[in-house]
Amino acid sequence: MWRRGLMSLPVLWLATASPASAYVAYISNEKGNTVSVIDTDTWTVTATIKVGQRPRGIEFTRDGKFVMVAVGDDDTIQMIDTKTKQIVDTLPSGPDPELFTQDATGKILYVANENDNTVTVIDIEKRARLGDIQVGVEPEGMTISPDGKTLINTSETTNMAHFIDTTTRQVVANVLVDSRPRFAEYKHDSSELWVSSEIAGTVSIIDPVKHAVTGKVTFAIPGLRSEAIQPVGIGITRDDKTAFIALGPANRIAVVDTASRAVTKYLLVGQRVWHMAFTPDEKYLLVTNGVSNDVSVIDVAAQKVIKTIQVGELPWGVTISP
Amino acid sequence: MGNAGFRALIGAISLSAVSTHALAADPLEIGIGYLRHAGVKQTLSLVMQPADNNGIAGAELAIEDNNTTGRFLNQHFTLHDVRLKDGDDAVKAASSLAEHDGFIIADLPPDELLKVADALRERGTVLLDAGSIDDRLREQDCRGNVVHVAPTRSMLADALAQYLVWKQWKRWLLVAGSHDNDKLYADALRRAATRFGAKIVQEKTFEDTGGARRTDSGVTLIQRQMPVFTQQAPAYDVLVSADESEVFAAYLPYRTWDPRPVAGSAGLMPTSWDAAHDQWGAVQIQNRFVKLNARHMTALDMQAWTAARIVGEAASRTNSSDPKTLFAFIKGKDFSVAAFKGQRLTLRDWNLQLRQPILLVDGRMVVSVSPQEGFLHQVSELDTLGVDRPETKCKLP
Repeated sequence: MWRRGLMSLPVLWLATASPASAYVAYISNEKGNTVSVIDTDTWTVTATIKVGQRPRGIEFTRDGKFVMVAVGDDDTIQMIDTKTKQIVDTLPSGPDPELFTQDATGKILYVANENDNTVTVIDIEKRARLGDIQVGVEPEGMTISPDGKTLINTSETTNMAHFIDTTTRQVVANVLVDSRPRFAEYKHDSSELWVSSEIAGTVSIIDPVKHAVTGKVTFAIPGLRSEAIQPVGIGITRDDKTAFIALGPANRIAVVDTASRAVTKYLLVGQRVWHMAFTPDEKYLLVTNGVSNDVSVIDVAAQKVIKTIQVGELPWGVTISP
Repeated sequence: MGNAGFRALIGAISLSAVSTHALAADPLEIGIGYLRHAGVKQTLSLVMQPADNNGIAGAELAIEDNNTTGRFLNQHFTLHDVRLKDGDDAVKAASSLAEHDGFIIADLPPDELLKVADALRERGTVLLDAGSIDDRLREQDCRGNVVHVAPTRSMLADALAQYLVWKQWKRWLLVAGSHDNDKLYADALRRAATRFGAKIVQEKTFEDTGGARRTDSGVTLIQRQMPVFTQQAPAYDVLVSADESEVFAAYLPYRTWDPRPVAGSAGLMPTSWDAAHDQWGAVQIQNRFVKLNARHMTALDMQAWTAARIVGEAASRTNSSDPKTLFAFIKGKDFSVAAFKGQRLTLRDWNLQLRQPILLVDGRMVVSVSPQEGFLHQVSELDTLGVDRPETKCKLP
């Protein structure tokens, strides 16, 4: 597998040399079967890496040495060496991996496998599968509590957030949310879990101790039919005061005041906006626009879109170097 | 995964359900009936020939999906299938299903569906119409205990018309079959042409004179017949065919006198589902279905899946197995169901028809999905498809 990866997946260099201070963003292009590398100083694509089929979930390892990308149609997760921009290895996920999350130490990876209703547990260093956890139909969203004790998985057709004890790997609670939950994100203070429901057009706010929905964020955009508002990706600032929510074919990012749970602003971005990632200094937020094949850069403090960067075909996920 | 592996997985599921919940109480039992006729209709194309389990296979998958969810909620779903043979009494069969099932998925001809609905009304049994596309069942003959999951002929015709008009193929040559259903489809296409600004330049009827659908020297004859049949038409952009009876439409593509595309019952066809549909997470259900049945998922399979999922959705939202509670939720304003169509599906409250996008397919790919962009509506763009509230003849009690 290692050899195959190295031999048959050449790297296309489009540009070279980037300043050392810049961050690097990796974008998975679902249709293009590529990963675009963006330099956050120059806001240009510096490399395009050919990967396996249907790349979606994408994340840096905690040490920054690798980028893991789930290539669903190849039933595996590929590891890109961030120095050489080469695929150097694969992780044994289950069939059709989509989103995944890792524990705080960066040792354990939890993968949602859409096709067989399981979450797969993987030892990243040993590249070994440790076990599976049975969840609902079409597992998708994955996140881990700030204390590392609770893993969250959302299942799209079962319409639940499953709370999984990371020690026992048992499902300890299930919270029903609105239809087609796609993404889950904790507040940094652990007080709330936010879950987006794509088809229902809402974000449920869950009390992670009581395992109960305590509120909902709803959206209304004048002139836009409500069916087009389909929340997916969620990003919450480190001070937990502001949430950014990608609204899919509504082509907008909602800015939400987390205290009042009200939308304060809608930022117009590209078409079918999917996922997002903050730069580590939290100055910028990058969002992927699936249909318009670009990435919008948002100035977080100003709450303004400042740049659009063309990437590969159907950009889906984004991760930024630590 | 091998069979043994699959069985082991099932074992693991039930074990974990017990250990994670330690539920003492018996699960809520929710029975769903399925009423259909034995035998399948003959199609012109061998490829399109429906399987023996067409429809019910979708319901079975939905039961499996409902039960995966149900093990977290202590709910359990079962499906009871009745296949009527010639001469069997549908009302009798439905009544016996109704003894344990509050909901029955029906794949029945319109008149039979009405008889069954009326017979079960007092009992409160709800029919989920998965098989009949007749508009009259949602209009003058609508019933308060029938939810229509299948789209109507007018929804299908409107979906096609929107695309053809968007494509600027506005001059239609309409060819309809001689059977009642073909005539109803032709009516729906005429209505669609008027609504969306297409013009039918000529109408032709293809008489069904009988004869076998399959012969050893079929192609030679058809190749001579079809060009002649479509000769001397006024200038047109697209041939629109109405042949639900599978008598001629599949013979039209590539054989028209003028080189023109074919739509309707052949060529570009409107449908609620297709095995090629892969947008909006649909690959996941296509994969689950193929794994379970070793064949592709049809529109009827999807309609039955959606019907059983509607019941599952109501049960998980209400945490109830009481049919009255479930039906009240399904008819309520908070109800919606996700069915891989890119948006939530809801019920038209005036006739209990499920709103849904319609796929336009060519037998190999999904060409487009209607409603088309630009066809606007004050309530839901999905209501640009089919008979809308102001025009309805349905008066539910």
